[in-house]
Order: sequence, then C-alpha cells, then structure tokens
Amino acid sequence: MTNGSYIVGLGLFAFVALMGAGFAADQLFAQHMWVLFFVLVGATFVLIRRAQFAPVQAPDPDAYMDGPIRYGAIATIFWGVIGLTVGVVAALQLAFPDLNIEPWFNFGRMRPLHTSAVIFAFGGNALIATSFYVVQRTSRARMFGGDLAWFVFWGYQLFIVMAATGYLLGITQSREYAEPEWYVDIWLTIVWVAYLLVFLGTILKRKEPHIYVANWFYLAFIVTIAMLHIVNNLAVPASFVGSRSYSLFAGVQDALTQWWYGHNAVGFFLTAGFLGMMYYFVPKQAGRPVYSYRLSIIHFWALIFLYIWAGPHHLHYTALPDWAQTLGMVFSIMLWMPSWGGMINGLMTLSGAWDKIRTDPVIRMMVAAIAFYGMATFEGPMMSIKAVNSLSHYTDWTIGHVHSGALGWNGLITFAALYFMVPRLWGRARLYSERLVVWHFWLAMIGIVVYAAVMWVSGIMQGLMWREYDEQGFLVYSFAETVQAMFPYYLMRALGGALYLAGAIIMAYNLTMTILGHEREEEPIGGKSAAPRPAAVPAE
Amino acid sequence: METYTWLRQFADSWGLLFMTLFFIGVVIFAFRPGSREQADEAARIPLKDD
Repeated sequence: MTNGSYIVGLGLFAFVALMGAGFAADQLFAQHMWVLFFVLVGATFVLIRRAQFAPVQAPDPDAYMDGPIRYGAIATIFWGVIGLTVGVVAALQLAFPDLNIEPWFNFGRMRPLHTSAVIFAFGGNALIATSFYVVQRTSRARMFGGDLAWFVFWGYQLFIVMAATGYLLGITQSREYAEPEWYVDIWLTIVWVAYLLVFLGTILKRKEPHIYVANWFYLAFIVTIAMLHIVNNLAVPASFVGSRSYSLFAGVQDALTQWWYGHNAVGFFLTAGFLGMMYYFVPKQAGRPVYSYRLSIIHFWALIFLYIWAGPHHLHYTALPDWAQTLGMVFSIMLWMPSWGGMINGLMTLSGAWDKIRTDPVIRMMVAAIAFYGMATFEGPMMSIKAVNSLSHYTDWTIGHVHSGALGWNGLITFAALYFMVPRLWGRARLYSERLVVWHFWLAMIGIVVYAAVMWVSGIMQGLMWREYDEQGFLVYSFAETVQAMFPYYLMRALGGALYLAGAIIMAYNLTMTILGHEREEEPIGGKSAAPRPAAVPAE
Repeated sequence: METYTWLRQFADSWGLLFMTLFFIGVVIFAFRPGSREQADEAARIPLKDD
C-alpha cells in the first residue's frame, strides 16, 4: 500500500496535537492545537483516500521530479493573492479605523498576517518551487531524497497555516518577520533542514561538473536563513504546552539580534534567493547567457560578505553603541557596489536583444523587476545614512521603500518566473494569453508607482511634522495631527495596492487557464510578426 | 579579558583581515588568466537543457 507509513505518522502527529489541546497551559495554545489537530486529521483522510493498493512503478531515476514544483507554483499564486488582499485590507484599516474588527481582525494582527503571507507564503513558496526547478535543470539530475521534497512542500504549508492562524488568535513573540511562537519555529527548523538536504543532495549528485551561479545564491539563502532563524528564535518556553516563550537575549542585544535577523531576511530571503531566480530565468527567457559570469561570481561573494553586517542601520539613534550604528551604515553604503553590479549584469544580459522588451511582456516584467532591484538598493543605503535616517526612520518613507523593493523586485521577478515555468511544467505550448500579461504588467507598474510616490510624500511630510519646532522650542504638531494629515495618502496607498492586487488576480486567471490547457485567440503583441508568412515562391 | 572586548578586538583585526584577503582572493580567482573560457561555458549551463 502506498502512503502507509505517512498515514500512520500523520495520525500520530494529529494525536499529539489533540494531547496538546487537552493538556494546554493556556487557552490560546489549546485553540491553536485544535487548529493543528483538524488540519492534520483532514490531511490524514486525504492520504487514506488517495492510497493505492496496486503495485506502484518506481519513478524514472533520470526524469525530473516536477510534482512538488507544480504544487509550489499553485501555492505561490494562491498565497500571493491572499497576501496582497490582506495588505489592501490593512491599508484600508489605517485609513478607516472602523474596519478593525475586534479581536481577530484588528490591524495589529492583520499586519503580521500580511507581511508573513507575502514574504514567507508567497515569496517562500516561489523560492522553494523555483529552486527545485532550477537545481534539477542546471545539475541535470533528479531531485535528491524521493518524497522528502513533498515533505518540504507540505511541511512548509503547515508552517504557513500555523503562523497565520496563530497571528489571528493573538499568539506572537513580537519579533519583526519572526512572529510565530517557539513550537511553530521548531517545526520550520525541521522543514528547513529537509529543504537543505534535498537541495544540497541534488547538487551533490549533479551530472554537470560546474555548479551554476543561481544555485550558489539559492544555497546561500537556504543556509543563511537556517542560521538566522535559529539564532533569532532562541527562546525559553514558559511551558511545553503553552503559547508563550521568552527570548534568550535582553535589551539592546535582543534588539540587535532581531535586526540582524530582520535585515538579513531582506538580504538573503528577498535578495539572494530571488537573485538565484534572476540568474536562471532571465537568461532562459532571453535565450542568451548571462552578460558576465565572472561578474556574477563577484556579485555573489560581495553580496554575502557585506549584507550580514548591515542590520544595525535599523537601530540608528538608539541605545546601540555608536560604532555599531556607524558600522551598519558603512556596510549598507558599500552594498551599492554588488547591488548595482548585479543589476547591470541582469540588464545587460539583454544586450543585443533589447527589442524583446517591446515584443515579450515576460521579458518586460523581468527588466522592470531588475530596474526596481536597482532603485530599491539605491534608496536603502541612502536611507541608512544617519542624517537621512533621522528624517526617514519610523515614517511611511520606510514602508514605501520596502514596497518598491517587494512589489517591484520580488513580486515582478516571481510573476515572470511563474509565466516562464507554468506552461513548461504542464506541457503547454504557450500561456493562455500574452495580452493579459501586458495588463498585469501595467496594473502592477501603476500600482507600484502610486504606492511608492504617495509614501515618499506622506513619509517626508510625517518626518518633517514630527521635527517641526517653533521659535520657543516647542513641538508645533501633536502626533494626532500628523495622523490626520496622512489620511489622503493612506487612501491613495490603498488604491496603489488594489491596482497591484488586480494585476495579480489577472495573473491567477491567466495561469489557471494555462494549466487547464486553454489558449486564448488573440492578436500577437505589436511589433511581433504574426505567423511566419510563406516566402513568395517564383513561378516555374 | 571580557568576552565582548576579546570578540570585538578579534573582529576588527584578524577577522577583518581574513575576510578582506578572502575577498581579494575571490576577485583574483574570478579574473585569473584563462577563466574567461570556463566562465563562458558555465554561463551556458541553463541554455543546454530543455
């Protein structure tokens, strides 16, 4: 029987969850364990129904294992739409406080739901799926570990569900981008080690002598995230059947640990991993090798050497020692070099094929993504300069910066990778519609520009209002006045986010139709010749 | 000596020197004579498949 041991394992796991619910030290833990119990029981029943008793043929050891990648692509689309929707709701909650529905859907719980859904659910699934796709094809080897890749996929979804339901219930350790409590953190550690095994194992059994640079970036992302996750989440649970834990660090050490983690989540999750995508999918879609492979090697080493030190720039003018703040600032500024080297390398891959920006909407999306990578990594170091930071810190400018990077770079490069992968994974000749990709592109583009521009104005206004003194040395504005002044910008920000969400929904429709095997009858994109016209044949 | 002081001194002396030398080594290795052909070949890896 297939799935036999998995069914038993899941059933036991569900029983443990039930015990956790029964012996819980606090009510929140009990509720969370009930959620876990029902999810696991549901999964057990699905596995039982799908069990087969006929002998199963062993998979071809030379064929690529694409099942988890297909599921990963669907999960990426699904969580992307969910995460962006929650973002738009959270934006509207800021503008209209009445939308805060107590207790589960107030802003304080919706915000981590939004950040985790877009970074870890959408971005994480995209990274896992594309890394599995890329590592097999550049190693020319089947994925290592058999069903372990399936464990990575489903284990990661369980992590997402537990994190999301925990936030809504009110379970949090209040660490930025690492809100899940200790037991969810332990689960993610197990899944992540399995992920590392699958990825590294595939590289070790590769048939290609050289390890392609995209895999270096993916590997740096996996290894570094493991290290960051473990150190940042070192905590002592108040009870082994309770939802509360206390950090091993205190005071400024705790703050620095959090931002060492927080900034490197940006550096290694949202940058190194997605650069892996760039170094594979841009050359593939353009049909030409990366502009300079040697530059990509320098890019890799410079990026990983510098990023790890940049975290203290989140703690300017705090109790953190001055030398550490300056160190964070200096390393952030040095990051200009690898970031722009990488951007130039990605963009120049198109040299000699620039016409594709006009004719291929997927290439257009990639170029826009790389351009936003360049812009966001220019803005970031600038904001890390102490003098600039004294104006920008704690204002909406920071939010605008994060979103130009996240929507522009991470979002667009992921969408482009999905448009590339999905037809190939399901063996379709082409996408359902290229024109819908154009719609997606422009909706996303306008959404990002509206969002970022509005947040610049709002953030700088907010910062200037906070520091406005009158001639007698009194603050001119109260905090509530700054909040009131930001209302129109909050509305426009929600509009920008809604446009971006609309683009993602169009993508979800387009890719669903592609998966189902439909092809839309449509005029080809301008500039591209229609079907090749038969050459005139001279009469005999 | 305090752990903090010791680590701090190690980080801005030997640690810094090691990382700088390692990085310079990477640059020299990447641009060593004859690396261009190997790099060009490696850059074609994604295009070989499917």
